[in-house]
Amino acid sequence: MVEPLQLETEGEGGLDEVQFRFRDDEPADHPAVTVDSFVGQTNAAAVRIEPGDDARALLPHLGRVALVEVNFPSFGDGRGYSAARILREAGYTGELRAVGDVLVDQLSHMRRCGFDSFAPARRLDEADAEAAFNRWPQVYQPAADDRVPIWSLRHNDESGGASDAGGTDG
Amino acid sequence: MYKYDSYDQTMVDTRVAEFRDQTRRRLEGQLTEDQFKPLRLMNGLYLQLHAYMLRVAVPYGTLSAEQMHMLADIADKYDRGYGHFTTRQNIQYNWIKLEDAPDILADLATVEMHAIQTSGNCIRNISSDHYAGAAADEVTDPRPYAELLRQWSSFHPEFTALPRKFKIAVIASETDRAAMRLHDIGIRLVRNEAGELGAQFYVGGGMGRTPMIGPLIRDFVPLDQLVTYSEACLRVYNRHGRRDNKYKARIKILVHEMGAQEYTRQVEEEFAHLLEQGIEPPFAELERIRTYFADPPFVAGLPDSIDRSDPDFAVWVDRNCHPHKQPGYISATISLKPVGGIPGDASAAQMHLMAELTRDYSFDECRVTHAQNIVLPHVEQQRLYELWQKLEQAGLGTPNLDQIGDIIACPGLDYCSLANARSIPVAQKISERFASSGKGDALGELKLKISGCINACGHHHAGHIGILGVDRKGRENYQLLLGGSEGADTSLGKITGPGFDEDGIVDAIERAADLYLAQRSEGERFLDTYRRIGMEPFKEAIYG
Repeated sequence: MVEPLQLETEGEGGLDEVQFRFRDDEPADHPAVTVDSFVGQTNAAAVRIEPGDDARALLPHLGRVALVEVNFPSFGDGRGYSAARILREAGYTGELRAVGDVLVDQLSHMRRCGFDSFAPARRLDEADAEAAFNRWPQVYQPAADDRVPIWSLRHNDESGGASDAGGTDG
Repeated sequence: MYKYDSYDQTMVDTRVAEFRDQTRRRLEGQLTEDQFKPLRLMNGLYLQLHAYMLRVAVPYGTLSAEQMHMLADIADKYDRGYGHFTTRQNIQYNWIKLEDAPDILADLATVEMHAIQTSGNCIRNISSDHYAGAAADEVTDPRPYAELLRQWSSFHPEFTALPRKFKIAVIASETDRAAMRLHDIGIRLVRNEAGELGAQFYVGGGMGRTPMIGPLIRDFVPLDQLVTYSEACLRVYNRHGRRDNKYKARIKILVHEMGAQEYTRQVEEEFAHLLEQGIEPPFAELERIRTYFADPPFVAGLPDSIDRSDPDFAVWVDRNCHPHKQPGYISATISLKPVGGIPGDASAAQMHLMAELTRDYSFDECRVTHAQNIVLPHVEQQRLYELWQKLEQAGLGTPNLDQIGDIIACPGLDYCSLANARSIPVAQKISERFASSGKGDALGELKLKISGCINACGHHHAGHIGILGVDRKGRENYQLLLGGSEGADTSLGKITGPGFDEDGIVDAIERAADLYLAQRSEGERFLDTYRRIGMEPFKEAIYG
């Protein structure tokens, strides 16, 4: 796992401040446009998904996307989790950023759904966030990350642990 | 029954640590109550009228003696010596301190228990048939499939902030003892013509303020696709369920507004996509889980006979026992509905006794029923009299299963911050009225269910007689419903007319009961007579 990169604060009125990033590449510096304008525009490389948007509208255009922001106007609205997984399931490998009402206790679930950068509206306590990212040593189900589910560990154990059917280096 | 391996144990231990940390941040003021609320709810902790209430999960209602002892210990140590068994086969404690909650979860984890996802807008504890593994009419034990789904749904990252709560029931017999079609997803295990096991999926049932009976959306999902199909059902809901109005956010509204056909089409499309994602556990995992649900070591060749010479015992056998698949055995229900008692309540001493009886008479296994009673599923018929005597001595031998005294009731305004009216005193008055007049016995099967508000935790829509408590200009008022049922013949009750005050509702029920006794044909239950003669004669009797 890549260590989260602590970024310095961007200027006022600039991009949403990214507090945690699990990527080595340069962050995209284009402002994200709405899904509607993105689909109608041939040169945009960053797009912002709102809860009511259909993430699948982006699938024909994934080749030119460098950054997808998924907005959580309220932490209780979980549509963004499905949006993230749908993009990863379609093979999107660019940056997937959770923005808005992103709280400590959502981080591990968001990470599992494929988010690899986080721009919370209110800065999170670093120690609490680190604990949250590393909270779960195992998981019950596969998702958009590379973690091997418990059922796969169980059955690999039984066969002597020689094969690794489930995942990579999770 | 299912036993945790080191992975399962690590998951619940991790949850205890996480919740301890969340509670610390709340108590230190780093989390606001608004931010903490969904976190504590995902751990079954509600803020009620007088204290916190903790709801502990009893997956598919199955408990060991050790677990029941622990539930009793928690009642003594952290509550006021009582536990309340719920309509989702769980147990809740009504007098909990926030700072004790992490310790309670830690105690529970020592006996493979938890409070994970017993509330909040997530997939809740999965319920099942309380006679699972014992009933003569099941095609298979449904609990391995419920356990498979329990693991899949635990901390599912995509479904932690659903539009609303989500309840799943799994059964495996034609007779529905779990109100399966009144769930967000109801799953029935069936055999197809080739003799293979698979699952019917009913989606979009529910009670609450808009009761609906779930439509069948798939008549056969192969066993090795159960998780994938469930995930497709949930994803369509998570993406498209309404979030603009919490009263319209359950999946039943989505299925109703979108239409079952269109919902099904979208699920099938998502299902086809998810099949390519490889999210289904291997069949070997289902087989591993199944081994834990193998039959206990029944003794073969035991006589199928019960000495009925004690007439009180004979009455209890007729009312509270259910046929078993294994000759010589029987399933016995311990009624938690003594005359005038609080439905579903048990004292710590009663829980300890039930734990001992579970160990001594039922292969270390008991069940919580959605009717808020306890079942000892595997009792030797030859030892049934001995068991009954012990129950009688402890006040646990009430012979009223499925009778008017076997009332399902929510905690109501005595405890619940959502309630509009009290449920418990009404239940107590009805129970006392019909016991003292002796009419309770004459009425036979009559399922009465009380909810203290429109959220319908007391399943009033599904009662042969239902009572709904409402607030009418600042006073408690009770509406009366007739004709509901949760069984194979699921139906929703209809309101008789204007509501009543607390004493008035008891009188109204007695008038309805008297009409039934006067009108019934040979062998008819209350529900059958109502269905035959209709609402009008009951209205006349009630409002005259």
